Amino acid sequence: MQIFPCPFCGPRDEREFLFVTEAGKVRPDTTRKISDEEWARYLYAIRNDKGAVREVWMHITCGALFVLERDSVTMDVISSISLRKESA
Amino acid sequence: MTSRRVSSSAGKTLNFTFDGKSYTGVEGDTIASALLANGVRIMGRSFKYHRPRGPWSAWVDDPNAIMTVRKGGVELPNCPATTTYLEDGMEARAVNAWPSAAFDIKGGLDLFHRWLSAGFYYKTFMWPDWHLFEPAIRKMAGLGHVTDAVLEGYSADQIHDRCDVLVIGGGPAGLAAARLASERGQDVVLVEDHRNLGGGARLSRDIEGMDPDAWVAAEAEAIAQAGGRILNHATAFGIYDHQMVAIIEHGPFGVAPRLHRMRARRVILASGALDRPITFANNDRPGIMSVSGACTYLTGHNVLVGRNIALVSNNSHANTAAEMLTRAGAHITQVEPAFGPMKALGGKRLRGLRQNNRTRPVDTILASGGQTPLVHLWRHAGGKLDWCDTRQAFLPGSTPMNMIAVGAANGAFDMHAALEEARAAGRGESPNRASTKYHLTPLWPSPGSEGRQWIDFQHDVTLKDIELAARENYASVEHLKRYTTLGMASDQGKTSNMAGLAAMATLQGKPIPEVGTTTFRPPFVPVPIEVYHGHHKGQHWNPVKRLSLEPEHRAAGAALGEYGGWLRPAWYGTGGMAARVEEEVKLARDGAGLFDASPLGKIEVVGPDAERFVNFIYYNTIKTLKSERIRYGFMLSEGGIVYDDGVIARVDENRFIISCSSSHVDGVRTHLEAWRQDGNDPDRVFIHDTTQHWATLTVTGPQARDVLLGLGLEADLSKDALPHMAFVETTWRDTPLRIARVSFSGDLSFELSVRRSKAGDLWQALRDAGATPIGLEAMSVMRAEKGYIMIGKDTDGETMPHDLGFTVPREKKTAAFVGDRSLHMDVANDPARKQLVGLAVPEGAPMLPIGAHVVTDGATPTSQGYVTSSYESPTMGRAIAIGLVEKGHARMGDTVKVWHLGKTREAVITSPAFFDPDGERLHA
Repeated sequence: MQIFPCPFCGPRDEREFLFVTEAGKVRPDTTRKISDEEWARYLYAIRNDKGAVREVWMHITCGALFVLERDSVTMDVISSISLRKESA
Repeated sequence: MTSRRVSSSAGKTLNFTFDGKSYTGVEGDTIASALLANGVRIMGRSFKYHRPRGPWSAWVDDPNAIMTVRKGGVELPNCPATTTYLEDGMEARAVNAWPSAAFDIKGGLDLFHRWLSAGFYYKTFMWPDWHLFEPAIRKMAGLGHVTDAVLEGYSADQIHDRCDVLVIGGGPAGLAAARLASERGQDVVLVEDHRNLGGGARLSRDIEGMDPDAWVAAEAEAIAQAGGRILNHATAFGIYDHQMVAIIEHGPFGVAPRLHRMRARRVILASGALDRPITFANNDRPGIMSVSGACTYLTGHNVLVGRNIALVSNNSHANTAAEMLTRAGAHITQVEPAFGPMKALGGKRLRGLRQNNRTRPVDTILASGGQTPLVHLWRHAGGKLDWCDTRQAFLPGSTPMNMIAVGAANGAFDMHAALEEARAAGRGESPNRASTKYHLTPLWPSPGSEGRQWIDFQHDVTLKDIELAARENYASVEHLKRYTTLGMASDQGKTSNMAGLAAMATLQGKPIPEVGTTTFRPPFVPVPIEVYHGHHKGQHWNPVKRLSLEPEHRAAGAALGEYGGWLRPAWYGTGGMAARVEEEVKLARDGAGLFDASPLGKIEVVGPDAERFVNFIYYNTIKTLKSERIRYGFMLSEGGIVYDDGVIARVDENRFIISCSSSHVDGVRTHLEAWRQDGNDPDRVFIHDTTQHWATLTVTGPQARDVLLGLGLEADLSKDALPHMAFVETTWRDTPLRIARVSFSGDLSFELSVRRSKAGDLWQALRDAGATPIGLEAMSVMRAEKGYIMIGKDTDGETMPHDLGFTVPREKKTAAFVGDRSLHMDVANDPARKQLVGLAVPEGAPMLPIGAHVVTDGATPTSQGYVTSSYESPTMGRAIAIGLVEKGHARMGDTVKVWHLGKTREAVITSPAFFDPDGERLHA
């Protein structure tokens, strides 16, 4: 059972967290013309990398979204960064 | 008697029975040691051939002696006799034998072994259909039987713990490592699976010049003095992600074990090693045991397992054992297995060992084909294994974890080397593996040799089965395992895996490390499922959410049911569901029903960006919504699928209340938070779930306004002042009251929300004013009469808003919203999409079953959709149904075929709004 660090609450049991999406995806501006391919890529293309990955997770109990860097092979947690800090 | 107790023990005498016969043992015995002390050797039957079996070893690696044990009204199946400590009054029975292990009626199955080889069932029961034979075969398979009796109070505590250093194994290496680590100020936990510490210590004459017992006691004392914790009779059975070690702490018989979830900074694995069996003809006979097992029975229980013993060993450990057993009074003949093929003689009673036409008349054979380090936990943690030619064994290699193996688990079979490496580990060092004085002659199964030679004792897998698997090309060890069931018994191949993969290596002409091992998975020993869930069962697993008005509902005679996680009134009173629901519907249609709608979501969206945010979240345009007005709308997923429906009220410029489906509140809140924080400025919009802060009571029916007038409110409730889809905040008896004119029934309705502490007062006031309680079932019927949907019931994972008739935002909304682009993909434009329709049947005809398919005409009808909701409508006086049907909107008035379980009926496609289609009553 893994322990993930919430940037606000500290280390917590993995059962308190929800995977949201892979980090780095940007929603296309849908008020412009977007090809089917571009939209499908946004919806469905997942990198699913082996090794170091960056993902958006939610700590359900406090509601905070953050970027979790971890290793998908060793399950090591590399870092967790608040989304708010990233955008600031 | 062949096996016996050689010196009396100081322990208390314990009475017990085995297969109906009475015996005595002493405190500290296992069931197996007590039976051996009584001269009983046959303790079970094998799984497939029902061959008589005795214990192979003295601990967790024994595959043979499995029992159902009863004591004090508690019966537990599949208890290993070698690890179950004896208690007074135990009644034990062999699991796979009837009437007893000594005389088993199915023993005759062994005569048919020629036909029962690997893959027998797959090959034999093919025609006409496996499922014909499956029930009978399943009945024959399996070990102990679970009783129906519920064990009251059998609930495993689950303990979360942490430590600096976890030492697994309380033998000499584990003790030495734990002592060093704890004396250096580390928080140490030592886990030992026996009740007593010491492990293999007693197999030595002395340790560092001390008596082994005295040495063990001194180490334990030093660990305790330094603040180390020692967990006896506890087994570390698995290592999981992030260095979590699962430890089962056993209690007395019938008491649920405890689970420790231990987070250790560092793990020192000192789990020891096992004797490997030797593969020779009839090597499964009772009386053939492991060398270390026999030594353990002697040193731990004063039980000598035989009188005239052949000791067959290929390694240097045998000499110490021979000395020890001779001292205890046995006559030992050492046999060199390399001199030629061997065969055990005799059946239930062992008569001798034959090798090269020479028969040695012995009553017991002790075997050791070398030491196999217990590396299971090492593999759980992701550690690698290296093959060691000197030791002919897989040893711990590199590991990504903070883990180190010491002692016999690491191939340090000499006491001195084991202690040195353990102490270095205790100091925090990672010593290199020392050379060893241990030596052996490689000895592996010899394919093609004579006789039936057992590889997996419990599952009756012989060398011939492995040869067959190799011939049939089940060559990978993972395939071999599944085809022959090698290593799949309750012992999980502790004794059989090495022999099996070595045989496969020989058959393929490959070195053993190239064949590799199967995957080691937790648990290391069988553990009750109980330990995994602990108290997380029943209401503790998924507690229902409770209404603040539950006492009032109960007082009003509510039948409570679980709906979307909430315990809610289904209907009120007695007389059966159908009758009560019909009456409640009629009552609400004619007068005023009172419905507890408290679980409806009340998620507030607040802030200067709130309008932009909800306009983005909703399919419908929300920015044009005026203050004190309400709009019905959908939330979509980015795939354009309808995720939730409900109303949104605008309280003022910067404040909205989202009233999502009762069962979707947690999901919607998560959905909103994700978009708020990832894509919006979280300082300009806030989300606050106030669902549980407010209680909501709906008054619905033509007399609803009259009921509200009875409350004496200041607010103007007239049609003009508070029309349909209007919202007002006011007060009632000095407490805030929100009134929303929304309707799920299709009738004039008011949703009244107050602080949950005031819910009881409001409930009483509304009842006094003439409203009658109605349950959720009546509300479900009324909403269906009106054609209002329930998300997830009348929609599925493909439903888009235009399928439900809400087409305008898809065509006109210019602002971006969640799921917008998906509504214009090819799939969204498919003309054959399933659309929401009503399905009418003639008056007097029975209801259409929910799930019945609308099908095409013709010889091979195919589905065009299905019924999603179906009721006897008290208001309409006939059965009504709604469903999702291909091209439904274009087929109004068509008669279609509806198929269900082989029967076909007809229905007419209509608008889903059966009741008040023009909405006159809604706007009253």
